[in-house]
Amino acid sequence: MQQIPPSNLLIENGRLIDPSQKLDRVGRLLISDGLISAVDPSDGDLPASIQRIDASNQIVAPGLVDLGVEMREPGFEEDETIRSGGLAALAGGYTSVLCTSNTSPCVDSPGAVEFVRQKAAKAAGAKVHVIGCVSKGGEGEQMAELGLLAEAGAVAFSDTPKSMPNDALLKRALEYCRMFNLPIIDRPEVPDLANNGVMHDGQTALVLGLKGLPTEAEDLAVARDVRLAEATEGRLHVGPVSTMGAVDMIRRVKARGIQVSASVCPHNLCLSDEELRCFDARFKVHPPLRSQRHVETLRHAVIDGTIDAIQSGHMPRSREKKMNDLDLSPFGAATLETTLSTIITYLINQRSMDWMTAIDRLSTAPAKIAGVQGGTLKVSSAADVVVIDPSSRWTVDGNQFVSRCNSSTLDGCQLDGIVRLTIVDGEIRHDNS
Amino acid sequence: MTSATAHNGTEPTIVFPKQWKRRHLLDLESLTAEEITILLDVAQQLKEITQNCRRKVPLLTGKTCANLFFENSTRTRNSFSLAAKRLGADTVEFNSSGSSVAKGETFVDTAKTIEAMGVDWVVTRHGTPGTPHLLARELGCSVLNAGDGPHDHPTQGLLDMLTVRQHRGSIAGLTVALVGDIAHSRTARSNIWGLSKLGAHVIICGPPTLVSPRWTELGFEVAHHLDDILPRCDVLNLLRIQFERQRARPFPSVHEYAALYAMNGERMRKAKDDILIMAPGPINRGVEITPEVADGPHSVILEQVNNGIAVRMAALWLLAGANDRN
Repeated sequence: MQQIPPSNLLIENGRLIDPSQKLDRVGRLLISDGLISAVDPSDGDLPASIQRIDASNQIVAPGLVDLGVEMREPGFEEDETIRSGGLAALAGGYTSVLCTSNTSPCVDSPGAVEFVRQKAAKAAGAKVHVIGCVSKGGEGEQMAELGLLAEAGAVAFSDTPKSMPNDALLKRALEYCRMFNLPIIDRPEVPDLANNGVMHDGQTALVLGLKGLPTEAEDLAVARDVRLAEATEGRLHVGPVSTMGAVDMIRRVKARGIQVSASVCPHNLCLSDEELRCFDARFKVHPPLRSQRHVETLRHAVIDGTIDAIQSGHMPRSREKKMNDLDLSPFGAATLETTLSTIITYLINQRSMDWMTAIDRLSTAPAKIAGVQGGTLKVSSAADVVVIDPSSRWTVDGNQFVSRCNSSTLDGCQLDGIVRLTIVDGEIRHDNS
Repeated sequence: MTSATAHNGTEPTIVFPKQWKRRHLLDLESLTAEEITILLDVAQQLKEITQNCRRKVPLLTGKTCANLFFENSTRTRNSFSLAAKRLGADTVEFNSSGSSVAKGETFVDTAKTIEAMGVDWVVTRHGTPGTPHLLARELGCSVLNAGDGPHDHPTQGLLDMLTVRQHRGSIAGLTVALVGDIAHSRTARSNIWGLSKLGAHVIICGPPTLVSPRWTELGFEVAHHLDDILPRCDVLNLLRIQFERQRARPFPSVHEYAALYAMNGERMRKAKDDILIMAPGPINRGVEITPEVADGPHSVILEQVNNGIAVRMAALWLLAGANDRN
């Protein structure tokens, strides 16, 4: 492949927001050789050859980082590929994503890690970091070769979207991972209690006669997870979470100084289970849309930092799979391209969250949890940057998505905020000017 | 088709109610009290015109009704077929076993195929809630829900209400208890919405594993002991235990369930003298109802079956009329 030398970029007049250095002011950002080379450089310090970008009335922030995107390749390319998912991520303002291990074959061997890394390198999308399986075959029985996966480049371990069914295995894995200082990510759900549910177990499910996913299925799993994190002093990330009980538990263990992080999906911050009243499978997502009380609690928790990060929860599923009835349709929706706008529309523009907090939850915090580059505009760090036009409005149309999945809980909704540029290692990879 | 006549162009006639606009009958929850009353009034008139649903009247000649059943059914399917035939329509029968569904076709595609054969109504039964709503979005013809999982079964709710109305003149002010497997019962939900909209006091009765306390949040009375509420009831609707839908047995044994909830001779003595005993069927004799009650003087179970044809004729005629007017 032909290497294009990274150029010098000067992004001018934009509002720079960087939670990693508490920076929020109009200024200019100089990018050289793939790195952030200066904030507010003087004219004399500018290189001779330079591409200037006017970002007046726009937000310039570290590119978004996602803690768990399903890329579906290998095995389910009808839903998404590493290339289409990586490009969808760019369109959504993401510069780095962690990709989940639930492919076929799953990512439980160094070769599988290498496959994803090579595919991602060719795709020129967002940076793709690999999550390895915790268990062999993702079956929740025996520990996978976590050390060899780490050596091959895995940055975290998870059997997501399955919760870890085996308490002893989770405990052992949390202990064992301490020597690599890598996190275990658990999507909390007790399978026996969740048994075949299709939506939040509440009043709406009762009226509609649909099988419910009870909140206690998540609450009990979170309780177990955080207790094991405390016992092992391992690095644990729980997420996405969706219940008041989960928030309550996480808040309490954090107050005791236990090292646990948590994330939430955008749909759980803006939509309630009432959406299912139309019986449309595009609202069959996981975690399920909960009742309004949970939505409100989650909003407060992500604003006050009890929940550290917002993750897209991108679970792409092909049109033919989603066209089914609510029992047969799989959980999932394309969210990479709507997450940022969802947060702008439902949180920032409702004045419940400020930009600094939003960028922290979408970029700085997840980068830190995953231990990957990004989430900062500090000098000498990788130039992973997003330029956002916060005031432009657009209408969500799943058929226009870069993702192979066209199913969206927000189809037809008007959202605020457009990703204008996504810059990865100093290279403009997505340009919507 | 604003009005039609029976008996070779002579009396009696039936006038199409102008207020009726719906092209689909998907659930009772979304219907207004006025719409439910129209359905019951038309059912009553059609029952009389067809002399207890036994005569044929040519109100829907030239139209075709497709029965698209993805779950087993005997009474509802035959009832819809008879209703269509009594009004002069043709019927197409479709069963999921041995069909293209067994070969992997989605049910929407199957429904579209049947529709392309030129049908005016699709009557559908499916194990998943919301499937009729999905078909209503995808198809051009009228869709009638003949039961979607535990969600709704509007014509069952209507026939139960028609039966009560025939005996009591009105629904308003009556106390009606729905007893049994509420969690898995579409009949329960149809009754809950329909009866409450028409002003009945609805009591939902069964063990807590089958009766969610959330019904109270929705404004309904919940009871766990049948004997406590029995003396207040004007109507009992005894719902079948749906063993096939239960993931785990919600009570220790059938024996224990029958001891706590079966309507038997002894309980009849504690009930009001004029209590109506209803059951949507199929009935499990000895589980929710004993033979002496099922076959006793208070039982209206077989009248319910006859009224089923009447309300299905009403639904087909009203939906076709709304379609023709659009």
